[in-house]
Amino acid sequence: MNDSWQQFLHMGGYARYVWSAYGIAAAVMLANVVAPIVALARIKRRIAREEFVDD
Amino acid sequence: MTRTRRRRLLLVGMLLVGLGAAAALGLSAFRQNLLYFHQPSQIVAGQVPVNTRFRIGGLVQRGSVQRHGHDLTVRFAVADCDASVPVVFNGTLPDLFRAGQGIIAYGMLDKQGVFEADQVLAKHDSNYMSPDVAKALKTGQKTNCMPARMQAAR
Amino acid sequence: MSHSSAMRWLHRFGSLPYFYRVSRLWARCLALPGLAMAGYGVYAGLAIVPPDYQQGDVFRIIYIHVPSAWLSLFGYTAMAVAGVVILVWRLKIAEIFIIAAAPIGASFTFLTLVTGSIWGEPTWGTWWVWDARLTSELILLFLYLGVIALHQAIESPRIAARACALLSVVGVINIPIIHYSVVWWNTLHQGSTIRPLGGSTMETDMIIPLLIGALGFTLIFGWLTLWRMRAQLIWRERRSRWVTRMIHHER
Repeated sequence: MNDSWQQFLHMGGYARYVWSAYGIAAAVMLANVVAPIVALARIKRRIAREEFVDD
Repeated sequence: MTRTRRRRLLLVGMLLVGLGAAAALGLSAFRQNLLYFHQPSQIVAGQVPVNTRFRIGGLVQRGSVQRHGHDLTVRFAVADCDASVPVVFNGTLPDLFRAGQGIIAYGMLDKQGVFEADQVLAKHDSNYMSPDVAKALKTGQKTNCMPARMQAAR
Repeated sequence: MSHSSAMRWLHRFGSLPYFYRVSRLWARCLALPGLAMAGYGVYAGLAIVPPDYQQGDVFRIIYIHVPSAWLSLFGYTAMAVAGVVILVWRLKIAEIFIIAAAPIGASFTFLTLVTGSIWGEPTWGTWWVWDARLTSELILLFLYLGVIALHQAIESPRIAARACALLSVVGVINIPIIHYSVVWWNTLHQGSTIRPLGGSTMETDMIIPLLIGALGFTLIFGWLTLWRMRAQLIWRERRSRWVTRMIHHER
């Protein structure tokens, strides 16, 4: 690890604020991306299993 | 557009207009209560009720900051263009606290007219620039006694 | 566009099989530039732009805070427009949009509040104050959650959509209040940095990544909304022949 990398992680002493903000943002965005993909697959499975047309 | 749709559109439009009017009336009625802080000149002019806790907002007057060696007590004056109020505070100051900085203090006036604060918050501005640009700007720029950013438009 | 061709376009857009077919491609067209621009904005904000002269490196939180705040306002405004379309024209695609966009808008509102809070602690000296800006943004989160809860509480999807539409239209009054709160009242929160009508108060090198990032996150918002709409759409239309036929075909 070189100095500039360490300096980047250090964020001028504000590391815990900056990185926690971006960490939470990354987690929320990841959930936002994964949720609809999972939901679409689950809904397709359910529709394929149950014949909704005939009820 | 069919007649039903036109009628519905009219209803939605009336709903929005009505809501807007109600909100405007309500908010202007509560305008004073929504003010987050009072300015030093309002306090000196006696516009702020005594014996209540309230917030004071203004700039930390240059040269007014006094610290005592042995504890955290700090004395300074908060000023706007027309008046200044002495403040005493014992506690942790935010990182941005410095002379000339906009701050908001929460507390109560004592009998001598000193504002005893138990919380001091820094109000930073919406200007962002690098240290180099800030240094270049500073030459030949006079500091405002109460920048417009501290107060709501009247 | 003449009236009749506008209506024809609207009908075609409102046609659910057509929407389902083309939205996949639209989502892709939004995803790639969106991710690239948002990624650039965040990267530049964290690693390239200089620190602020007063706040130092903690100001870099702005590169996630401001795009989130923008999308929290944009999302609700878009839902209110869809709400008018639902209440007046009863368009199904708008019903699907409103319920697809609400969770995403809520997540950006949540991010706005959390990142702002993390930023406020070192700079203002407090995580939270009940000033007009912070309070009105919190109300926005409750409005989003209200739309989601209404949709889940009402069994019939069409009636649920109308209830959500009404709450979206009524709640949109909060949007100008949030935006102008820092102008109308003394607040702890500072005024707007980005002013489209001139006089933005940020150095050019700092503001360009912020604007590119905000645009990128807006495209991501569109991409995610389209995906949620697709899921919502085939669930709503699960009894129609084109959906079952398509799904059996896919297997």
